[in-house]
Amino acid sequence: MMDPMRWGNAHALAAAHVTGQVIPARAQMATTLGFHIILACLGIALPTIVLIAEFIGLRRGDDTAMTLARRWSQAMGVLVAVGAVTGTVLSFEMGLLWPGLMRKYGAVLGLPFGIEGLFFFLEAIFTAIYLYGWRRLPGWAHFWTGIPIAVSGILGAMSVIAVNAWMNQPGGFTVRDGRIVSVSTWQVFFNHAAYYEMPHMILAAYMVSGFTVAGVYAAGILRGRRDRYHYTGFAIPFVTAAVLTPFQIVVGDTAARAIAHDQPVKFASMEYVPKTSTNVPEWLGGVFANGHIYGGLKIPDFDSLLVGFSPKTKVIGWDSVPAAGRPPLPWLIHLCFDVMVGLGFLLLLAGLWALYVWWRQRRLPRPRLFWLLGAVSGLAAIVAMECGWVVTEVGRQPWVVYRLQTTAQAATTNGGVIASLSVVIVGYAVLGMATIVILRMLARRWRRGDQAGPGVPYGPPDQPGQPVGQVQS
Amino acid sequence: MIADAVGAILLATITLYAMLGGADFGGGLWDLLAGGAGRGRGPRALIEESITPVWEANHVWLVFALVIFWTAFPDAFAPVMTVLALPIWLAVLGIVLRGAGFAFRKEVTSLPLQRLLGAAFALSSLLTPFFMGAVIGGIAASHVPANGGHDNLAAWTSPTSILIGLLFVGACGYLAAVYLTGEAAKRGDERLRVYFTRRAQAAGVVTGALSLATLAALHGSDPVLFHRLTGRALALVILAAVTGLTVLVLLTTGRLRGPRPLAALGVAAVIWGWGVAQYPALLPGTAVTLGNSGAPHSTQAAVVAVFAAAVVLVGPSFGLLFALHGRQVLTGGAALTGGDVEENGSPGSGR
Repeated sequence: MMDPMRWGNAHALAAAHVTGQVIPARAQMATTLGFHIILACLGIALPTIVLIAEFIGLRRGDDTAMTLARRWSQAMGVLVAVGAVTGTVLSFEMGLLWPGLMRKYGAVLGLPFGIEGLFFFLEAIFTAIYLYGWRRLPGWAHFWTGIPIAVSGILGAMSVIAVNAWMNQPGGFTVRDGRIVSVSTWQVFFNHAAYYEMPHMILAAYMVSGFTVAGVYAAGILRGRRDRYHYTGFAIPFVTAAVLTPFQIVVGDTAARAIAHDQPVKFASMEYVPKTSTNVPEWLGGVFANGHIYGGLKIPDFDSLLVGFSPKTKVIGWDSVPAAGRPPLPWLIHLCFDVMVGLGFLLLLAGLWALYVWWRQRRLPRPRLFWLLGAVSGLAAIVAMECGWVVTEVGRQPWVVYRLQTTAQAATTNGGVIASLSVVIVGYAVLGMATIVILRMLARRWRRGDQAGPGVPYGPPDQPGQPVGQVQS
Repeated sequence: MIADAVGAILLATITLYAMLGGADFGGGLWDLLAGGAGRGRGPRALIEESITPVWEANHVWLVFALVIFWTAFPDAFAPVMTVLALPIWLAVLGIVLRGAGFAFRKEVTSLPLQRLLGAAFALSSLLTPFFMGAVIGGIAASHVPANGGHDNLAAWTSPTSILIGLLFVGACGYLAAVYLTGEAAKRGDERLRVYFTRRAQAAGVVTGALSLATLAALHGSDPVLFHRLTGRALALVILAAVTGLTVLVLLTTGRLRGPRPLAALGVAAVIWGWGVAQYPALLPGTAVTLGNSGAPHSTQAAVVAVFAAAVVLVGPSFGLLFALHGRQVLTGGAALTGGDVEENGSPGSGR
């Protein structure tokens, strides 16, 4: 671990001085990815939740579940459209912000993206058939057109995550005279970080989607809308997400241990390990500044125990690399990691609470606290996921491709990133607010029992004679 | 040569994007020009119904083309994304406004909001193809150096680039109007059929004139490309001209079957004409060619494999989507109704 050659070439690090465009380029990538990833989660997992509702609706002849499936798929239509365009922004940003990365490694990391393109096609095509087939396709046929969306959502997510995992654990290619001369698609796709990053993010997508949708109905229940419609709308997504939460915690724990081995400096920042040693304590909270940790709860030996199941486990500290090879802002990485883990356990608790009450009394918990927890569970899941991204992305710095290329080497040479960053911040704020406003308008329309969409002057003409379903709000 | 195959694949994905996604942009153009809320209701409703279920899937061709470009030809991709960054940013901005405006407009009920979102959708449908055309113009006119360097306004604001930008807008409008003529006829809407026939004719004439103007501009600014277009790519240029004229004749005589495939073929002929004229250069004026742009053989082979998988998996899926859409199974919007699913599902039963 102390071999300087393993720590990337001194060459690259010397070039790691941060030029004018790197910070705004990273800020822009963080903003656009941080925004899109929420929609991506919904794109990956919301179809499954809608399909579960439709399945219950068809199987049990449950009109409430059917109404929910229809309404969720209408919301899905809006979210998928916004997700499709914000995802396109990211594709272009790969080249616009990081031409150095693409020139050097485009031929390697492009392949999983190409495979993702395939699943993106299938997702878009079957989403269209599913969303717009409600009226004319018979029940089960309609249900089955949704299955390819759910499957390609997962496979597409695996492909994109493969790229991020590859940036953390690059491999699967041969270099000769500074040029890449051969690439193994299989090894690039299933790199050393893929086995934990893929399940971690896909589970996160299901948790974000499930808890977010459940949160909407928990908020309705808190406002006194205690009817079957709201309880069903809460239960389907909540159970989906809550069942997966313990698996997520196990995967996350595995991931952290793998990172301690594969990217020790990232791990040292996550856990505040300034010096390589044994009997490393675990810090809960605390701010690292000027070589000290202020505040925070110290649990002796616990970090060593987590990493190697023994207090004698040696944990590598960030002193193992020169200062230029360490990520900036260890306090941010550490606190984000703690927030993610803390929220994960909070969500686990919410699920266990519901499970316990169901086991004893065959009903959902009554206390207001549970529904408050349910109402914020979506936000909690989103914050946890965003924190996870901060940990993995800031923690990989100064590298864009771990130990091979620095972020500074990858960044565009163009000036004016600050201009596109400003447009992105304003534009995405408006886009985000507009999306929320539109979804709230939909919800209001549903509550009024106004089933038909706007007819005039733009939309397709209303179709008379459509029976209106049961509205239970 | 596998690099040539990958080049052909890239050109094929660009062609599909132009034929499918381009028409969606053209729909936005006609939405923009449809007049006030009352007068424009009919055409806007037809445009909306035609685009809604397919635009996202059509849009994926752009992402797919982009990914193939950077994976198979990174040494060409990086300079393009640097030198032509500004028009690409503007096109991306247009893509976001178009998609969001279109999706949001359906769901709002107040007329001023519909107008605002409709304007975002329609205006960006005009700007996006323009900037994409300007980017292609910048590449074709040898304005992108191999080493990249910095963004350069002059690289995409030459008369040739601007003309190609306008040509893209015209071609999108032309394709959309021809397709919409067919859609109107299928629905038995004679008034809209005539409405879009006139627009298809007008757009056809404008696009033809822009093509000639572009050729004339190339004659002055880029003689190499001009001579190749009138040399080894001449057959394709003639094909484009013949299909364009045939479409105009068929539209005038009220034929419904021929115009749509012929219009698409004409656009494809222009794109392949450009490809053949530029071959094997990727960045004309530099040493960057198909066989020499940074990706190893194994990557290019993998791209061919991914494309083959796309043909096998995505092709039939698109077929299903278009078949269902063509039979008007995908009309009326997702969960716009809380009503029960119609059991018979017979095509066109709601009309």
